Amino acid sequence: MTHFKDPFNPNIDVWNECGEAAGGPADPYAGLPAEDAAILRDRAKHSLNPEVGMTRALESSVMQGLFKTDISRRAFLRSAGVSSALAAVATVFPLSSLQLMAQEAMKNLEKTKLTLGFVPITCATPIIGGHALGFYERYGLDVDIVKTAGWAVSRDKCLNGEYDGSHLLFPMPMAMSLGIGSTAQPWKVVSNVNTNGQAIVLANKHLSNQDPKNWRGFKFAVPFEYSMHNLLLRNYVAAAGLDPDRDIQIRVVPPPEMVANLRSENVDGYLAPDPFCQRAVYDQVGFIHKLTLDLWKQHPCCVFGLSEKFIGENPNTTMALTTSILEATAAAETSEGRVAFAESMAPANYLNQPVEILKQILTGVFPDGQGNIKNVPDRISFMPLPTQTMGAWVLSQLRRWNYIESDTNYATLAEDLVMTTTTRERMRAMMVADANLTFPDAEQDVYAPAQIQGEEFAPSAAQQFIDSQPFSRTL
Amino acid sequence: MIRPSDIRSSLLSLAILLSLLVVWQVTTHVPETGPVGVILSQEETGSLLDQSMPQEDIVYYASQGVAFTQLKQIASLKLSREMIDAAGGIRALGISVPDENTAPTPGSLFPSPVRVGVELWDTVTDPFYVAGTNDMGYGIQIGYSLLRVIIGYTLAAAVAIPLGFLIGMSPLAYKALDPFIQVLKPISPLAWMPIALFTIGDSELSSLFVIFICSLWPMLTNTAFGVAGVRSDWINVARTHELSTFRTALTVILPAAAPTIVTGMRISIGIAWLVIVAAEMLVGGTGIGYVVWNEWNGLRLDRMIVAILFIGVMGMLLDAAFARLQRAVAYVE
Repeated sequence: MTHFKDPFNPNIDVWNECGEAAGGPADPYAGLPAEDAAILRDRAKHSLNPEVGMTRALESSVMQGLFKTDISRRAFLRSAGVSSALAAVATVFPLSSLQLMAQEAMKNLEKTKLTLGFVPITCATPIIGGHALGFYERYGLDVDIVKTAGWAVSRDKCLNGEYDGSHLLFPMPMAMSLGIGSTAQPWKVVSNVNTNGQAIVLANKHLSNQDPKNWRGFKFAVPFEYSMHNLLLRNYVAAAGLDPDRDIQIRVVPPPEMVANLRSENVDGYLAPDPFCQRAVYDQVGFIHKLTLDLWKQHPCCVFGLSEKFIGENPNTTMALTTSILEATAAAETSEGRVAFAESMAPANYLNQPVEILKQILTGVFPDGQGNIKNVPDRISFMPLPTQTMGAWVLSQLRRWNYIESDTNYATLAEDLVMTTTTRERMRAMMVADANLTFPDAEQDVYAPAQIQGEEFAPSAAQQFIDSQPFSRTL
Repeated sequence: MIRPSDIRSSLLSLAILLSLLVVWQVTTHVPETGPVGVILSQEETGSLLDQSMPQEDIVYYASQGVAFTQLKQIASLKLSREMIDAAGGIRALGISVPDENTAPTPGSLFPSPVRVGVELWDTVTDPFYVAGTNDMGYGIQIGYSLLRVIIGYTLAAAVAIPLGFLIGMSPLAYKALDPFIQVLKPISPLAWMPIALFTIGDSELSSLFVIFICSLWPMLTNTAFGVAGVRSDWINVARTHELSTFRTALTVILPAAAPTIVTGMRISIGIAWLVIVAAEMLVGGTGIGYVVWNEWNGLRLDRMIVAILFIGVMGMLLDAAFARLQRAVAYVE
């Protein structure tokens, strides 16, 4: 679970996978001399610092070269003490020169000054926090991130080349590539910047009306048409027997307007990204009816998207940029990372939200507005691998609601639009290079059927699946 | 030279302002009482201790106003003090639970004038900070906005005034162009923006274009109206002196139509400043319009009000400059 496994800590296994599965000690500093524990704590605290991060990776490989196994490394550290071990290793292997060698590899970048767009929501944590905590600089990139007013503007700025890459909703690169709702320009889903991380929020007056069957006539807000929010909400109400186009009204509302609209009872609820779900609870105008992870565990949400043109023209920069975002995504998933990212994103330059709200969202300990306190650590998850199942589901649902106007082979189309293989290779290479890094989702079956609201969706049978779903516009 | 009527009107303005502030303060002020502690019965404390919640945590949580129901949930979820602190603290957890024991959260109320005043002081005393590309001081933001307005507006004037002369001097051109002007004039900047963004393909140029296109019409119609309304005797006099059309326009029509033209320019600068907010909300990154959107995004009404105040004051200054110009070109027949 923890991203930062200090190779100088005698209490933990760094390279031994079995040791990890057995669960680390509750207190990684138990039984150490006070001085050593203080050194290790300090190192852990600074592990998110950009300059320190790479040094740690190098230290780990140096230690692995010296000791080969965790058992001998731990034994040595126990007998020598942490501080003297640090000094000894530093004299044998000058880490600073190793660091310079690693930096050599980052040359040949086609473009180092980049502009990325983001919409100020917690889904963009790796992209925003990556900037605040200096993840891009580690790979020699000078990245400007530009706050964008909404998804339509974001899409237009991507299409006209103002952004080199952007935080996008999972269905957006697909809609852009297919030319639905805009001119066609091939864009790719490079990686997930988050999974889960959305909720259905209802106005306080509906506290006793939580069965979707009774929601006829409700007005709901979603952030964009080509969004997971829209598709998940449609799927949810359709399963309860309501036609999302006739029995309820779905409006596109920019996320910051959602809380205000809920307060003035302009809408009955919304399926939206955080922080605006938790913000409704904080402002006491609404409550969380359901987290979307209860509809589909580890569903996709927002992605990092690049145009095919950019990828073709800047292969090395694409590699460096993807690596830094993947690294930030992995760091955001760790429990220390969650707090650090929440704190770094609160200022006006980034999300401009009270830090408590961001912490509640990222740590998953939050009040739901119905009088309950919940502990859902994966309320928002950072699993970067975009699977083919996700791609096929999104494409087939776009067909189901007639955004795509004719049947097609969704699985084949997803192969083209979702860069599963390249991203997985990158994740594997990163894990090999840095023993501290773990991607729990790297080795999953990317075609595995998904359980969505109790139904099994297999990418190969996408057409039959949507044909059999209620209110499908395919027939 | 101060006239008694000026003093009276200023006093009245001040009185209106003060009474507005007083009403605002009274209706929005919530005394800062801090958390209202909860008193737990022996039995309740006992049941929490049974669920292995430490005594000191129970005392602390209760002092922060968290009700027993929530404490029980915290205990059964086995949330340690550390986990709660990582999640923003107990107050933030307890505060968002609807319960008569908790005061409304700071963000959920309309800000009082005192809070707005504090924010105002902060922005005025530190106008040029740069905390990143998306967060800069108001001085810098207003600078960006003014620059955009000046460029867009100058371009509009450069097109509208010559074109207005043409339309005003030629009844044929007036009739031919009138339908276009009438259709294009009422279009909102919010409608132009996506079209501009799509066709021009650059958000900075798009915002200039939107200012240009929206501030064009009042200048154009007023110039045409002013030029067409110049007394025919004066033009006839110019004709008898055999002045060329160009010289007539410059030496006779321009001074005669100047008050109407400047009135059009004054309306236009007001519109250009109105438009900047809409344009910058969409473009993002810099400008006072972006600030309004950014604070809205964080639902910080107090800082939004400060930004709105700045927009109002700047608009007033721009208008005052043109009022001065208007007086300079005025004439008595």
